[in-house]
Amino acid sequence: MGISVKNISKSFKKVKAVENISFEVAEGELFGLIGPDGAGKTTLFRILTTLLIADEGQATVADYDVVKDYKSIRKSVGYMPGKFSLYQDLTIEENLTFFATIFGTTIEENYDLIKDIYVQIEPFKDRRAGKLSGGMKQKLALCCALIHKPKVLFLDEPTTGVDPVSRKEFWEMLKRLKEKGITILVSTPYMDEAALCDRIALIQDGKILEIETPQNIVANYSHKIYNVASHDIYNLLLDLKSYPTMHSVYAFGEFVHYTDKETNFIPADLVKYLLEKNHSDVEVHLTNATIEDVFMELASSNKSN
Amino acid sequence: MRTILFIIQKEFKQIMRNKGMLPIIFVLPLLQLLILSNAATFEVKNIQLSYVDYDKSTSSKELVDKFRASSYFAVLESFPSKKLADEAMEKGKVEVVLEIPLHFEKNLIKDKKADLAVYINAIDGAKAGVENVYVNQIVGQFNQNIMLKAFQQQGQMARPMQVTTIPSFWYNNTLNYKTYMVPGILVLLITMLTLFLSGMNIVREKEMGTLEQINVTPIKKHQFIIGKLFPFWVLGMVIMTIGLLISKFVFAVPLIGNIGLIYLFSSVYLLVILGMGLLISNYTDTQQQAMFIAWFFVVIFILMSGLFTPIESMPKWAQNITLFNPIRYFVEVIRMVMLKGSGFKDIYFQLIIISLYAVLMNGLAVLSYKKTN
Repeated sequence: MGISVKNISKSFKKVKAVENISFEVAEGELFGLIGPDGAGKTTLFRILTTLLIADEGQATVADYDVVKDYKSIRKSVGYMPGKFSLYQDLTIEENLTFFATIFGTTIEENYDLIKDIYVQIEPFKDRRAGKLSGGMKQKLALCCALIHKPKVLFLDEPTTGVDPVSRKEFWEMLKRLKEKGITILVSTPYMDEAALCDRIALIQDGKILEIETPQNIVANYSHKIYNVASHDIYNLLLDLKSYPTMHSVYAFGEFVHYTDKETNFIPADLVKYLLEKNHSDVEVHLTNATIEDVFMELASSNKSN
Repeated sequence: MRTILFIIQKEFKQIMRNKGMLPIIFVLPLLQLLILSNAATFEVKNIQLSYVDYDKSTSSKELVDKFRASSYFAVLESFPSKKLADEAMEKGKVEVVLEIPLHFEKNLIKDKKADLAVYINAIDGAKAGVENVYVNQIVGQFNQNIMLKAFQQQGQMARPMQVTTIPSFWYNNTLNYKTYMVPGILVLLITMLTLFLSGMNIVREKEMGTLEQINVTPIKKHQFIIGKLFPFWVLGMVIMTIGLLISKFVFAVPLIGNIGLIYLFSSVYLLVILGMGLLISNYTDTQQQAMFIAWFFVVIFILMSGLFTPIESMPKWAQNITLFNPIRYFVEVIRMVMLKGSGFKDIYFQLIIISLYAVLMNGLAVLSYKKTN
């Protein structure tokens, strides 16, 4: 078992950061924690990387208990915190050598693991980490987290603040690491990245809403989603919200996503209603559900509970 | 061991690369030593003295001439009236005003007694006290001369009895204040530097987030702490050495005792200060907080170290507080060894205390340092 979390809770004063969370990650699985800022993702990471002790519940990482065997965990996991946390005044090479040394290894020993990533930043190896671009910093941080050949890799929002091309590259790197048998727990606020994981947990306000493969999460979505557009998006949102059989309405890119309570909903009725409300260029057509739609649905029902 | 060495190496690299800090570490303390040692003097010289002479006699002139001859006083022009002298005092132009009343000479000869008024600006109480002593000394000498003259005029052959004191200042013959200030200031600078640097260093890793990354590694507490503090211990010793060289060759402070004892003592003393810095950094989250706490302690330590005010003249409770002040012991020891040539037996007591202090401070610091919250 890569990671096992059972009924973990952690509060900071009166705020419940993580509440009764349980999930399991198989060895060699790429598992995503998907949720907005403040959902409790970082707290969970800190508990699993032995930086924080949970109030309740048990957790194991690579079959080591996070409280009892914390020393073994520190030897066998790689952690990349959300904030860049390498030495800004040391060069790429010095940072990497430093982390290799404190893990009791050398760059040469595990070079094959980081080779694909390191070759991209090697031309700048004498540059100080503080002077690197966001994408390069992130590649360096990943190298440092991998240099001791960890069994489990923790990546806390690794792609926040990184350009789209580097993000895509980064996820390709993760796939290659997964093929080498490393268990990966990654968190992200980006729903489009969720589709790239083996399984995902949707998390909000310290609670897990659902755990599934990205395909099943979308397939299990029970409502039909319509893309609606008109010349005036703001009033469109308001008018759709006052439509009698409305189930949910939210902006989604250039469209507004609309779902209806009734199974026998007829889009033409909605078009007629909107034209009566003085909308022009009205468009209503069926679209496929995405992970974001599922999240919005689960999040709103979680809130109303 | 390899890990510790590597952290030390990393730490030195970072210190050397910090272009803003490097001059602060090496140049500022030595500049301070040079400037402070020349400025922090308790000697009162060039006292601006003026006088109001209502008598205008030979005796009154003689008295003023006595003041003129003294190197402590710079005698300004006289004022025609007390009122004008007061105005000058209020404007801060004179420090001391001597008022010689009418019939000064006459009373002196007739009654063998005369009054003299002295006004001293006592905004700075300590200075006024010293000035008063100087004025009394000169007036005392003047008195003796008058008495001698009087005896001669009366034709008496017997010389009056006189008691003179001839002081001999041990360990500092010429009462050169630099001789005892420079070693003290050196102690102070080393304390400030190592406390601030070590206190801020670990907090900086907290601020940058690097401490979190380090805490997830199998690095051991003692490896990290030793690796972090050792560079500052070395820095302290280097500054100490440069400071001793300056005191020897710039200020010609004698070094009578064994210099090895000073190094022995400072090597233990630096452990106390570094432990304190670590303790501060464990309880703070930002460099700013660490800086303020370190300042608070440093100011108390300095004022209660016996460097600027003798411990013996403090009230009893304050004297007891100074027993907890590590600077006090180092100031004592460095002065004893350098000026008096004290040996190991003489500083044994202070060394034991400071060693206990080192164990206590570092013990507390290590206990309060946590890798997990």
